[in-house]
Parts: sequence; C-alpha cells; structure tokens
Amino acid sequence: MATAIEVQTAHGSGHGQADAHDHAEHPPTSTGLDHRKLLMWAFLASDCMFFGSLIATYMTYRGRSEELQMPPYPSEIFDIPYTSVSAFVLLMSSLTMVLALAAIQKGNVRGLRIWLTATALLGAVFVGGQFFEFTAFYHEGLSLQTNMFGASFYVLTGFHGAHVTIGIIWLLSLVFVSLRGGFAAKDSLTIEIAGLYWHFVDIVWIVIFTLVYLIPYEEVEGGEAVHEAGQMLSTIGGQFAAIGGLW
Amino acid sequence: MAGHDATIQGHGVGAHSGTEDSADHSHEHPGERTYINVAIILSIVTAVEVAIYYIEGLRDFLVPMLIVLSVAKFAAVIGYFMHLKFDNRLFRWMFLAGLLLTASVVLALLAMFWTHGYFWQNVPES
Repeated sequence: MATAIEVQTAHGSGHGQADAHDHAEHPPTSTGLDHRKLLMWAFLASDCMFFGSLIATYMTYRGRSEELQMPPYPSEIFDIPYTSVSAFVLLMSSLTMVLALAAIQKGNVRGLRIWLTATALLGAVFVGGQFFEFTAFYHEGLSLQTNMFGASFYVLTGFHGAHVTIGIIWLLSLVFVSLRGGFAAKDSLTIEIAGLYWHFVDIVWIVIFTLVYLIPYEEVEGGEAVHEAGQMLSTIGGQFAAIGGLW
Repeated sequence: MAGHDATIQGHGVGAHSGTEDSADHSHEHPGERTYINVAIILSIVTAVEVAIYYIEGLRDFLVPMLIVLSVAKFAAVIGYFMHLKFDNRLFRWMFLAGLLLTASVVLALLAMFWTHGYFWQNVPES
C-alpha cells in the first residue's frame, strides 16, 4: 500500500491531493477535497432551493384559507406540544448521528452500529408521529384538496417526511453493511456523508417548525381580504423595529 | 494498520502535519463532549421557543424572537454537527450560496405577493 508521501510524489501534487485516506479508494482531485463529500454539499445546496420553494408557497398561502373561510384552519388543528416532541426527537437523532461518526472515526464499529440504529429509530419515531398527525388532520377534515392550507401543508411536510424516510433506509443499509464487516475507521467519510444528509433534514425541520407551527396565525374576521404575506413581512419588520427601539 | 487508518481518517491533520491540509479532514472535528453540549443547548433553545409561544406578554416580539432562536439552532447544527465551522471553506461557501439564493427567492416571492396581491384578486369581473 502506497504511503501518502509516495502518492504525493507520484502526482507531483502541490495542492493537497495526497490526503492519506484517499490513496486506497479515491484518486487525487483538483480541489484536494473528496468528490463524494463535495457532491453531497452541492446536493444539499440545491435541496435548499427545493424546500425553499415549498416553504415560500406555504408562506404565500398562509392565511388564505381563513380569508376564504375554508376550514379547517391551522390554528384549530395544530397540536404544538405534540409537534414539539417530534421536533425534539429529530434534534436528538442529529446527536446520535454525530456520535456514530465519532465512533467510527475511533474505529469503534460496535458504537457506530448502536448509534446508527438509534438514529434510524428516532427517525422512525418522527415519521410515525408525522403519519399519526396526518391521520388526525385528515379525520378533522383536512385533505390535500380541502383548502390552500391543506395542499401547501401536506406537500411541504410530506416531502420532508419522505426525506426522513430515505434517510432511515440509508442508515439501516449502513447498519446492514457494518454487520457484514464492511466498515473500518478508514470508511468514516461514508458515514459523514450520510450524516450530512441527516443533519440537513433536521435543519429543514427547524425552519418548518418555526414558520409553519410556532408563528401564530392571524385571526381573520368575516372573510375580509388580508394580504397575509405582506402582513407577515410588515409584522416581522415592525417587531424587529420595536425590539431595536427598546435597546 | 487499522489503528493507523483510524488516526488518519478521524484526524487528518494528525497524520499529515506539515503537508497540505486542504483535504476534507484538514481540521479537527469536535469530540463527543462538544456534540452533547451542543445538543443540550439545542434542546434548551427548543424548549424556550415553545415556552415563549405560550407567553401572552411576549406576543408583540414573538416572531423576531422565534426567528432569531431558529437561526441560532440552524447555525449550531450546520456549524458543529455538519462541521462547517471546521471543514474546508469551499463547503461553507457552496452551502451558503444555496442558502442565500433560497432566502432571496422566498423573500422576493413574499414581497411580490405583498405588492401585487393574489391572482384571484386581480381577475377582472365579467
């Protein structure tokens, strides 16, 4: 097996291509960075746009159902304590994921397996909770076709749930590979890349939890036309200005 | 050999001190203690978010407070759990570019609907 210095010499590299862990499985790259990790970051940046478009759609339609008097309304059916627990579960899954990475970086394959399984289980609890929430909402009369709230809410949170589900499958496949002896400390980048995806799913939920669930919904009287999006911006601006004034 | 690999994988600098360090693991990742501390802070911030949601007296400042807290959580996760604080700058800029573009599009869309109203409000009566 060639050493890092040998690889460096062979390629005449002056750009850090000779990272030791690359020499066996990954050729030197022009950036000196592993292409797989770079690709994952590029994917995550593009996935930001994907979720950004869904969040923008939700925010644009925020308050429309109340204005058009098409119940059920979010203020009637959201269960904040329940969703808070779900958010906490997903947050903790990020901790277990990063502990899995720390374990494999130390060559602790058993620890990797335990933490990956814990992460997948926490993810499953989150998805199960979301399924329960969707079912409860449906029984309260909210479907994809009911109103703009239903359409934009289910599409946004449903796609997030799909991302979590893909993550769970990915994590379980890593556990399966590790059971077959497929991981050693030198493979930590594989776990790190899976972790990047998992943490991204977590940060998307941080945004959704705040914008969709926690920011209160304006009371709309008698179907009076209110530009919710503009109202939201002016409310945020006004409240920031008020805080600035206090300081 | 496994032990050697463990060293260079988890702590690239340790194995490469004195060589180019532009590789993925060019900076030390934080340890378990840091991860747990960050998770505790994130849990506390989440609890604060939910708590202030129920405090009537804070209603006037609720939205900016929630936004600041969620931005802090967001930054903590990408900085520590995703290692953007420690990794190569290219990763940071690549992700921030996507994030900035997303924020711009979202704000532009909201502003547009604010200015021009909704499509069904602009339909001429027949």
